[in-house]
Amino acid sequence: MSAPTDLTAAQAVDALGRGELSAGELFAAYRERAAADDLNAFAWVADETPARGAVEGPLRGVPIAVKDLFCTEGVPSQAGSRILEGYRPPYTATAVERLLGAGATLLAKTNQDEFAMGSSNENCAFGPVLNPWSRECVPGGSSGGSAAAVAAGLAPWAIGTDTGGSNRQPAALCGIVGLKPTYGAVSRYGMIAFASSLDQAGPLTRDVTDAALLLRHMVGRDPCDSTSLAFPEEIATPTAERLDGIRLGVPEELSGEAEGIEPGVQEAFERTLRTAEELGATVETTRLRHAEHGLSAYYVLAPAEASSNLARYDGVRYGLRAGKANDLVSLYTRTRHEGFGPEVKRRIMLGTFALSSGYYDAYYARAQKVRTKIAQDFATAFERFDFIVTPTAPTVAFGLGTKVADPLAMYLNDYCTVPMSLAGLPAISIPNGLAVPPQGGQVGLPTGFQIAGPAFSENAILDAAHALEGAIGFDAGGGRA
Amino acid sequence: MSYEPVIGLEIHVQLATRTKMFCGCALTFGEPPNTRTCPVCLGLPGALPVANAAAIHFGLMIGEALGCRLAPRSIFHRKNYFYPDLPKGYQISQYDEPLCLGGQLGDVRIHRVHLEEDAAKLVHASSSGRIHESRASVVDFNRGGTPLAEMVSEPDLRSAEQAREWLTLRCAVTPTSRCAARAPPSWAPRPS
Repeated sequence: MSAPTDLTAAQAVDALGRGELSAGELFAAYRERAAADDLNAFAWVADETPARGAVEGPLRGVPIAVKDLFCTEGVPSQAGSRILEGYRPPYTATAVERLLGAGATLLAKTNQDEFAMGSSNENCAFGPVLNPWSRECVPGGSSGGSAAAVAAGLAPWAIGTDTGGSNRQPAALCGIVGLKPTYGAVSRYGMIAFASSLDQAGPLTRDVTDAALLLRHMVGRDPCDSTSLAFPEEIATPTAERLDGIRLGVPEELSGEAEGIEPGVQEAFERTLRTAEELGATVETTRLRHAEHGLSAYYVLAPAEASSNLARYDGVRYGLRAGKANDLVSLYTRTRHEGFGPEVKRRIMLGTFALSSGYYDAYYARAQKVRTKIAQDFATAFERFDFIVTPTAPTVAFGLGTKVADPLAMYLNDYCTVPMSLAGLPAISIPNGLAVPPQGGQVGLPTGFQIAGPAFSENAILDAAHALEGAIGFDAGGGRA
Repeated sequence: MSYEPVIGLEIHVQLATRTKMFCGCALTFGEPPNTRTCPVCLGLPGALPVANAAAIHFGLMIGEALGCRLAPRSIFHRKNYFYPDLPKGYQISQYDEPLCLGGQLGDVRIHRVHLEEDAAKLVHASSSGRIHESRASVVDFNRGGTPLAEMVSEPDLRSAEQAREWLTLRCAVTPTSRCAARAPPSWAPRPS
């Protein structure tokens, strides 16, 4: 038998069920790998025995890495921010609680962009995460620690959160699978809020089968989250190997070099479209007329919601409290000055401005209208197509430090993923090849293929992704150095 | 030149629900500080509010008793400001779509009735209990999140006496009207 850490999570569950492997052995093997992490993927790693979780249940003790944005009782939950440094919550997020209840064990907390604001993991108070395919490159973000950990085999699987692409884009840049479920499918209770109307938790896994297995134990109505919904069906194990009769729509606005997609990424995308046709799918171009405004709307709405959601970090009750404050205003200003990083401050200012009296209609209300238009575009498209497909990210992983001084260039990373977020739709990213960036490079880096469907079409998306995954035959070895 | 006082009142009616407005913490009084709290009413990271159905029911009963139009659709908003008794940095209140609109109590028209959560209690460490003489302030979050119905009158009152007299009509929203709203002691009119 191969090393236990070579198994996918679903394979590990089976091996545990057959008694070929013990949960303790598997945990120890991953713990050893995680403790030796040199990618800075982890913010916290469990001691020799799991702090939380049981080996009873369908997941049989398979360890999981959890993005630091999720509250985990008694375990640091810092959201990548100095303002929550050392914060140990008294409760566990519902999504994590469900996984632990299903038999997962908590292996580690993963680094991320501060409060999930970022596309490169460089906005992390605890240092940037490195891409295991090339340590000079970013892993994407904001769930970059989760993506890097899974790609490098430091964890069998992980969960992250996706507000505008934060699961899908790092999955693409690290050569793994990342899923953003339908808004409301997974409870947000205990997930540290960034933009409440967009935030969704989802899996980051080595393959599509693992994504389905993990999602199965995350979804469902939670009385503690009024926006959560009962998922209409069980998340099944995907089995499809063909795409016969499946109609794929390629939006002009979200693909092609003219839209800023790197030539290598576009080439991989077109190759996957041909693979889809060989599997029986039809491929047609279509329009999502308002999708090109998605990024502008997103960067009004998400900061607006964040500016309110982050008001609670005031130094009064938990987390960082600045010293030397001699009155209330200086307590607030010093704490927030010292505790928040530059990108978080930028978004708080943007959001506060967009919501301020006299500007609300021009910015927030208008962005909400754009959001509705984008949702309508998708609804119209799904009358003709089963799925909308795009490259996940316009580029492959880029060099550390190359975009930090240019927030707009950084925001373009989310160009293809934000429209689905605004429309609340499920979308998956699967690895579909390697490409060399236009500026050149020694090695090819992973590219991602995004499949989006109507609300609650996760089973269909996973099936299509499974069929493509089998035909693409992506070799993830480059990340497992 | 003489002035005519024009008075409208904004009255916070504490609702006698079993639990708080957005969490399951018990609404009891006189307990040791910070013993009726949870992640939701402490505004901990990741916590989310869930509206108390009984509070909404009481709010609608008040609206009914005052002859208001009951909104077929009503939403909560965040009122953002920083203060230590406000753990989330915003109060969940209602803005442009309140639960009840219009209405009448005695001679005074009611503008609206909406639901919101109460702030926590600040205690200032000084002999007088006043903030500007205190060395430190502490927060008791037991009260934070208490459901309130905020009744806003139109400016139909013309004297302090009239306002005081009108307030005694509050029986309209006390148990006699089947609505189990309760007036906190501070709500009783005091002679000025």
